[in-house]
Amino acid sequence: MVSKKTIKKLTPTQREYQRLALDRMPKRPVAANSLKAFLCGGLICVVGQGIQQMLIHWAGMTERQAADPTVAILIIASVVLTSLGVYDKLGQWAGAGSAVPVTGFANSMASTAIEHRSEGLVLGVGGNMFKLAGPVIVFGTVAAFIIAIIRFIFTQGG
Amino acid sequence: MLKGHQSWVFRNKPVIVSTAAVVGPFEGRGPLAEDFDIIHGDSFIGQDSWEKAERTLLEEASTIAIERAGITKEQVQFHIGGDLLNQIMSSSYASRTLTIPYIGVFGACSTSMESLALASYLIDTGGAKHVLAATCSHNSSAEKQFRYPTEYGSQKPPTAQYTATGSGAAVVAGSGSGPVVVAATIGRVVDMGIKDPFNMGAAMAPAAVDTITAHFRDLQVGPDHYDMIVTGDLAKVGHDIASELFDKHNIPMHKTRFRDCGMMLYDYDKQMVQAGGSGCACSAVVTYGHLIRKLRKGELKRILVVATGSLHSPLAIQQGESIPGIAHAVAIEAVPESPVEGG
Repeated sequence: MVSKKTIKKLTPTQREYQRLALDRMPKRPVAANSLKAFLCGGLICVVGQGIQQMLIHWAGMTERQAADPTVAILIIASVVLTSLGVYDKLGQWAGAGSAVPVTGFANSMASTAIEHRSEGLVLGVGGNMFKLAGPVIVFGTVAAFIIAIIRFIFTQGG
Repeated sequence: MLKGHQSWVFRNKPVIVSTAAVVGPFEGRGPLAEDFDIIHGDSFIGQDSWEKAERTLLEEASTIAIERAGITKEQVQFHIGGDLLNQIMSSSYASRTLTIPYIGVFGACSTSMESLALASYLIDTGGAKHVLAATCSHNSSAEKQFRYPTEYGSQKPPTAQYTATGSGAAVVAGSGSGPVVVAATIGRVVDMGIKDPFNMGAAMAPAAVDTITAHFRDLQVGPDHYDMIVTGDLAKVGHDIASELFDKHNIPMHKTRFRDCGMMLYDYDKQMVQAGGSGCACSAVVTYGHLIRKLRKGELKRILVVATGSLHSPLAIQQGESIPGIAHAVAIEAVPESPVEGG
């Protein structure tokens, strides 16, 4: 919202108004939101763990082999829930809890693909699919690159 | 004719001969459901995109309003309208179907009263015999353009507003029966530096206060002149701020009923709309569906509808700009002897 730095740039009337507006703004229920996010995010992880255990026990996979199919199943489940119009409602309730796990990433891609289907397959779906997921990939890669360099320097030195 | 700095007083009393309000399923579950002409069961309205659905709502509302006025579309000289989408897409494409000479206007959610004020001005000065003022919005097309994809699971803050799905249309004429438009005040753009597009109520509240104050000054009346003063879509947050600003400026708003369309359209207990409703359709369907009916029944005598608009562009917001707000006020009076018919 409004930081102290931006308030300084405003005229006195604007500044006075911003204070009033800030005061009248209903606060986000941070504690309740955090708890919901913990419960939902945790539940998604438990489900993921469950799927992995099932693959290990019944499909005879090793823990390493089971990791990829587990992620794939979670992604498919998220895409199905997005298509059924459930995931956005879950998102309003759970916040970060449904946004942070891999299912949230799948939701960001599926929802943009559905939304822009009306503009065609190439420019609509293809051009917009990464509209929300793109920044995650870009900055995820950049962060991974920096961490890799740091690791390289330290492991070379040691 | 001009009165004061920014108001028009209509001496020839343009008549709102007919109105129509068409809404989507979510609005149909709200408390005003009985006042709407069509409640659609499906938000796609039988179309294959949200944009086409929005356009269809506008076409339906316009057609109903024209039919109800007892005229054909050839007898309507001008169609004044706008909406929220880029290039006021819905209005322009709907006007392609209506084939009525068209004046496209943009005032974001204030378009309903902007178009009604202009229509009344045209009628008052003899510029037309019948003018159609219409506007529309669709929750999903607005989400798509201004926020996130409809199925994206993002969490909205309590200050966010729900864009109404629907369309409201009115036919204004030089004579006939129905409530009359007596005055209008065109607002100026007010920007108090709010940058959060999820808090439009706070961005628009100063504009509403500015226009209402200007209206009182220009017409030399007070809040008690009206049975009800209703703002467009300030919703809970904006309404609270506006009330406080009026108190600060010593304007006795307690002498009238000060309401907000964004707070009337939905049931807060049962519907998840955060702060309340917004969108061009919000003030349009509440005014043309609910309030005009009350004026016709005589339950209200004189009202001031102040449609508020948040004129921001998603691009400008990303570039760090704040949200300019605007509000246009239109005063509507009931004519007691007019026979009650239609809506």
